[in-house]
Amino acid sequence: MSDHAAAGAVKAAPATASRRRGASLSRQFAAWAFLLPITAYLAVFYAYPLYRNVDLSLREYTVRSFVQGGAKFVGLKNYRTVFDDPTFVPALVHTAIFTGASLVLQFALGMALALFFFQHFKLSTTLRALFLVPWLLPLIVSASTWSWMLNSDSGIVNAALRAVGIGPVHWLTSPTWALASVTLANIWIGIPFNLVLLYSGLQSIPADVYEAAALDGAGSWKRFWLVTFPLLRPVSAITLLLGLVYTLKVFDIIWIMTRGGPADASTTLATYSYQLGFGTLLPQFDKGAAVGNVLILIALAFGLLYIRAQRKAAN
Amino acid sequence: MARRPQLRTLVGLILTAVMLFPLYWMINVSFTQDKRMRKSPPDLFPTHGTLEGYRAVLHQQLPYLGTSLIVALGTVVVTLVIAAPAGYSLARLRPRGRGALTFVLLIVQMIPGIIMAFGFYAIYLRLGVLNSVAGLILADSTIAIPFGVLIFTAFMSGIPGEMLQAAEIDGAGTLRRFLSVVLPVSRNSVVTVSLFAFLWAWSDFVFASTLDIGGRHQPITLGIYHYIGNNNQQWNAIMATAVVASIPAAILLVIAQRYVAAGVTAGAVKD
Repeated sequence: MSDHAAAGAVKAAPATASRRRGASLSRQFAAWAFLLPITAYLAVFYAYPLYRNVDLSLREYTVRSFVQGGAKFVGLKNYRTVFDDPTFVPALVHTAIFTGASLVLQFALGMALALFFFQHFKLSTTLRALFLVPWLLPLIVSASTWSWMLNSDSGIVNAALRAVGIGPVHWLTSPTWALASVTLANIWIGIPFNLVLLYSGLQSIPADVYEAAALDGAGSWKRFWLVTFPLLRPVSAITLLLGLVYTLKVFDIIWIMTRGGPADASTTLATYSYQLGFGTLLPQFDKGAAVGNVLILIALAFGLLYIRAQRKAAN
Repeated sequence: MARRPQLRTLVGLILTAVMLFPLYWMINVSFTQDKRMRKSPPDLFPTHGTLEGYRAVLHQQLPYLGTSLIVALGTVVVTLVIAAPAGYSLARLRPRGRGALTFVLLIVQMIPGIIMAFGFYAIYLRLGVLNSVAGLILADSTIAIPFGVLIFTAFMSGIPGEMLQAAEIDGAGTLRRFLSVVLPVSRNSVVTVSLFAFLWAWSDFVFASTLDIGGRHQPITLGIYHYIGNNNQQWNAIMATAVVASIPAAILLVIAQRYVAAGVTAGAVKD
């Protein structure tokens, strides 16, 4: 395949054409040979589990038929059951609140920190690197640390509140605070991601844009709103949409801190799905899979928006 | 904001201290004695420190750490073997349908892990490979492989075409060019992908808690999880395990910080 140019030069024109077609065919063959592992992998480890998941949600499973097979096809019955379940709507609402609050606050804090670190002072690079730590830690580490910090009787947060005369708040054990507590932990974990992406966005803004604005006499607040913020719009869109897709997936933090409780007060679609399939002694895989598929549809809808934003930013 | 540079550094130090306070607290609690654990107010410094927590780690958690190490390294190998050739092909060999494949790779990263776990559970149960280390490695690799292919594609697109043409003129076939030209110059991307694959597999809880919860060899995330479930009282042992489980992240940040930042941005903003 590598000699086609040299060979083509001495051969007659029609022969070159067919020769070239042959060469490009064998090039395609080589190209796809390298893609064979990933294609097989995607089929076996993505497409098939997803297919099994859809299949699970369309049949009526008992623990027995789950192991032995032969479960009855029931169409969308599991979906109807789940939608009528008193946990579903709260789970949907909690997912929206958890995701929305996390996104807004992570983004706002990440942006403020990116602007702050962009001023390049002594130690700024080192400190910015340290900000990455929460994002790199295993989620179970962060979640269990926050659990203990927010413990009603012995947590440091309530100890600090007591010092200023505020009575104990039952962060993880009262329905009023549970969702706010897991959201707080999730924001802490998400700040680094927003900081890094927005900082790289700031770096890509040409310095002369700032200089021009400074010469025009724009103050720093005005420069941010009139110059920086509009120029960061593509990066901001990507950061928010990617953060959204990641936040919809969050399960570990909530499950470890509250298990979705108390009384479903902090359950989201992800923990609800897990609860149905793996969180009880009597698993309902069919219904858990149905909730999971609803979550996939939501994630994919925003995922497509993200890909569109990314394409737009690249152009 | 602060005008004087020293003031900025001071503000930066305070912000970093606030941000990293939970980490400090984790370390502080890991050294706190059992009987002082529920004291009010809690000890702010481990002045009456103890190593009980770390002794518990040494006695109970070493097998979990070993399993995590094997799972994470296995995930790195599987990820590299599958993702690197794919990246090479997508970047340099112009296969037909590469747009569609790239699109699929972006989309699959958005599927929540818990949903993959349902599918894997059903399949593994039938095949009888639940609670196996190999099964966990294969499931964990789904977290890193799509990301890995996209990183490799981005890096390998940047290799100068002359290098590959020179090898081609010397008679090197596609495979030879991949092994002896592309891979050696792609060292940075190999490091980046390996680091993230390792860290994600090391941190995985969703697959471990669904596919390996009854296994004889369980990873450290389940070690912590069992601790939280079983003995609510021994928080020094829980936090000591958490500290030990954070070591890979800490090492990564110290020795490979630039790769980390590169991975975070490359995963999101493709150029």
